[in-house]
Amino acid sequence: MIYRETGQFKSSYESDQALFPIKQDRYVILGVLIVTFGVVPGLLNEYWLNAILLPFLIYALAALGLNILTGYCGQVSLGTGGFMAVGAFSVYKLMIAFPELGFIPLVLLSGVITAAVGALFGLPSLRIKGFYLAVATLAAQFFLIWLFNKVGWFFNYNASGMINSPPMTVFGVIITGPEGDMTGKYYLVATFVALFALVAKNLARGRIGRNWMAIRDMDIAAELIGVRPLIAKLSAFAVSSFYIGMAGALYFAVWLGSAEPTEAFDINQSFLVLFMIIIGGLGSVLGSFLGAGFMVLMPILLKNIMVDGFGTDAALAAHIEIITVGVLIIGFLIVEPHGLARLWRIAKEKMRLWPFPH
Amino acid sequence: MMFFIEVTLSGLMAGVMYSLVALGFVLIFKASGIFNFAQGVMALFAALTLVGLMEKFNFPVWLAIIGTIVVMIALAWLIERVMLRHLVNQEPIILFMATIGLAYVLEGAGDILWGSDVKLLDIGIPQGAWGWLWDQGIYVEKLELFAAGTAAILVIFLAVFFQKTRVGRALRAVADDHQAALSVGISLNTIWVVVWSVSGIVALVAGIMWGSKSGVQFSLSLIALKALPVLILGGFTSVPGAIVGGMIIGVGEKLAEVYFGPMVGGAIENWFAYMLALAFLLFRPQGLFGDKIIERV
Repeated sequence: MIYRETGQFKSSYESDQALFPIKQDRYVILGVLIVTFGVVPGLLNEYWLNAILLPFLIYALAALGLNILTGYCGQVSLGTGGFMAVGAFSVYKLMIAFPELGFIPLVLLSGVITAAVGALFGLPSLRIKGFYLAVATLAAQFFLIWLFNKVGWFFNYNASGMINSPPMTVFGVIITGPEGDMTGKYYLVATFVALFALVAKNLARGRIGRNWMAIRDMDIAAELIGVRPLIAKLSAFAVSSFYIGMAGALYFAVWLGSAEPTEAFDINQSFLVLFMIIIGGLGSVLGSFLGAGFMVLMPILLKNIMVDGFGTDAALAAHIEIITVGVLIIGFLIVEPHGLARLWRIAKEKMRLWPFPH
Repeated sequence: MMFFIEVTLSGLMAGVMYSLVALGFVLIFKASGIFNFAQGVMALFAALTLVGLMEKFNFPVWLAIIGTIVVMIALAWLIERVMLRHLVNQEPIILFMATIGLAYVLEGAGDILWGSDVKLLDIGIPQGAWGWLWDQGIYVEKLELFAAGTAAILVIFLAVFFQKTRVGRALRAVADDHQAALSVGISLNTIWVVVWSVSGIVALVAGIMWGSKSGVQFSLSLIALKALPVLILGGFTSVPGAIVGGMIIGVGEKLAEVYFGPMVGGAIENWFAYMLALAFLLFRPQGLFGDKIIERV
C-alpha cells in the first residue's frame, strides 16, 4: 500500500529512465535532502556535527568510492587508507601553492590527482585477481604512507612530519582547520556527498556502470561480449580513487585540521571503509551510507554506554569495545551477508504488500 | 663479501620466521578457501596464553605448551561452531571480513585475559651469536637458527601428516573439492576443526619464536602483514611455497634495506616485500608454487 508503483504511468522515455522512477523514492530523497540541509544544522549542536555527522558524511564518500571499485567492479582493494592520504597530501600542497583557486576546485583537483595514482596502482588488476589482487593493493597502502613519511617535500619539510590545514574560505566562511565554522563545514561536506552520491547512482546505471558489473560478474564473459577489461577496470580504479581522494582531502582539511600519515591513514582505515561497504551492502549507493553510519556510530555508542553508563574503566572499555565490534561484525555477516541495503530491500517488499502478507 | 653473506644469512633466517606465520595461512586456505586474516593475532594470542600460563599459574614450560595447545584446539572448535558453520557457501570476501572480525575479538580477549603490557617469553631457547660462524666473522642469531630448525621439523611433520595419515588424506580431499569430499563421507565440520587446530599450533610455534625474539606484545599481530607478501609470492595453496617465498622475501628485504635503503631514506622494509611480490605476480599471477588458475566461461 505505502510503497507501490501501480498507477504511476510513464508516458515518455525520460520519465521511464529517470534516476528515481517511483514517486515515493523521489519524496524520500527530497525529504532526506530537506532534513540534511534545512533541519539538521539548526537542530544539532557542535558536538554532534563535529563528532558524528562530519565523519559519517566523509566516510560515506569514501565508502561510495570503494563501493564503486569493490561492489560494482568486483576488485577488492585494501589500499583505501593510502589513497585517502594521497587526497589529503595533494590538497595540502595545493592549498599552500595555489590558495587563490578556492577550496572547492582544490578538493576536486586533489580527487583528480588521486584518480591518476589509483589508476596506476590499478594496473596489476589486469593480470592479478581475487585475493592476490587484494594483497597487491596493500603495496599501495604501505608504499604511499612510507612516501608521505619520508619525502620532506610532501609535508613542506615540517620538523614533526605533520601537515596542518591553512585557513581557507568558501563564500567568505572559514571552512578548514580548527577555526572553521562548524555549520559551514557541515554544509560544504553535505553538498559534496549529496552531489557525488547522485553522480555515483547515475554512473552505476549507465553504460560504464554496466561494464563494471559485467566485469564483476564474470570478466572473461564480459570480454567476449565486447567490454574492454582495460578500460573498465582502470576507469573503476580511477573513479573510485577520485571519490576516495576527495574524502581524504575533506577528512584532513575540514574534519581533522592536521594529520600525520602513519596514524590518520593507516591500514585500519582501509579495513574500516571495507567493513562499511560489506556491512552496508556491496554494489549499493544506499548501502555505503548505511554502512558508514553503522561503523561511525557504533563505537561512539558503545563507548558512551560503557564509560558513561556503567562507569567502566577506559582501558578495559577499549578492549570490550574492540571485542564487541568484532562480534557484531561476525554476527552481522552471519545474519545478513548482503548488508543493510538488503534489509531495506526486504522492507520495501513488505511495504509494497502491506497490509497483506503475500 | 663477508658482509654480504652475513646479510643474506640473516635475511634467510628472518624469512623463515615469516614462513612460520605464512604456513598457518596456507593450511587454512588450502582446506577451506578462507583467507584467515586472524592468523597473526592467533600467534599473539597463543604466545600470550603461553606466557600467562607460565607467569600466573607457574606452569612448567612443557605443561604450559600443552595447555596452550589445548586452548588453541578449543578455540578452533569454538570458531567452527560459532562462525564458520554459519558462513558455509558465502562469498570469499565475506569470510575474509569475518576473520578480520575474529582478529578484533581475539585481540581484545587476549588483552583482557592476560593484560596488554609487553611480556618476556623465555622457554629456554638459546640466544646470542652462534659461536662457530662468529669465529669466522659472521653474526648469526642462535634463536633464528633454532627457528629454522623448528620450521624444518614442522614442515616434515606436516608433510607426513598430509601424505600418510587418514585425516591428512581427508584434508587433501577437502582442499581439492568440497562437494566431492562430502559425497564420499568426509565430515567438513570435523576437517575444519582439525585444520584450524593445526594452524593454531603453527601459530603457537610462530608466536613462541617471535615472542622470544622481541617480547610478547601487540605488534606481534602485525607480523601477519609481513606474511601476506610471502603468501602471494609463494602461492596461497602451497606449503613449500610459503617456505621458499619467506626466504626470498627475507633475503630481498634485508639486501634492499642495506644496499638500497640508505639512498631513499630507509625504513623501506614495510613496503619492499609487497613490491617484490607484486613484481613476481606480474609474471606468475598464481604465485611461484600456486595452483594454476584455469578459468572457464
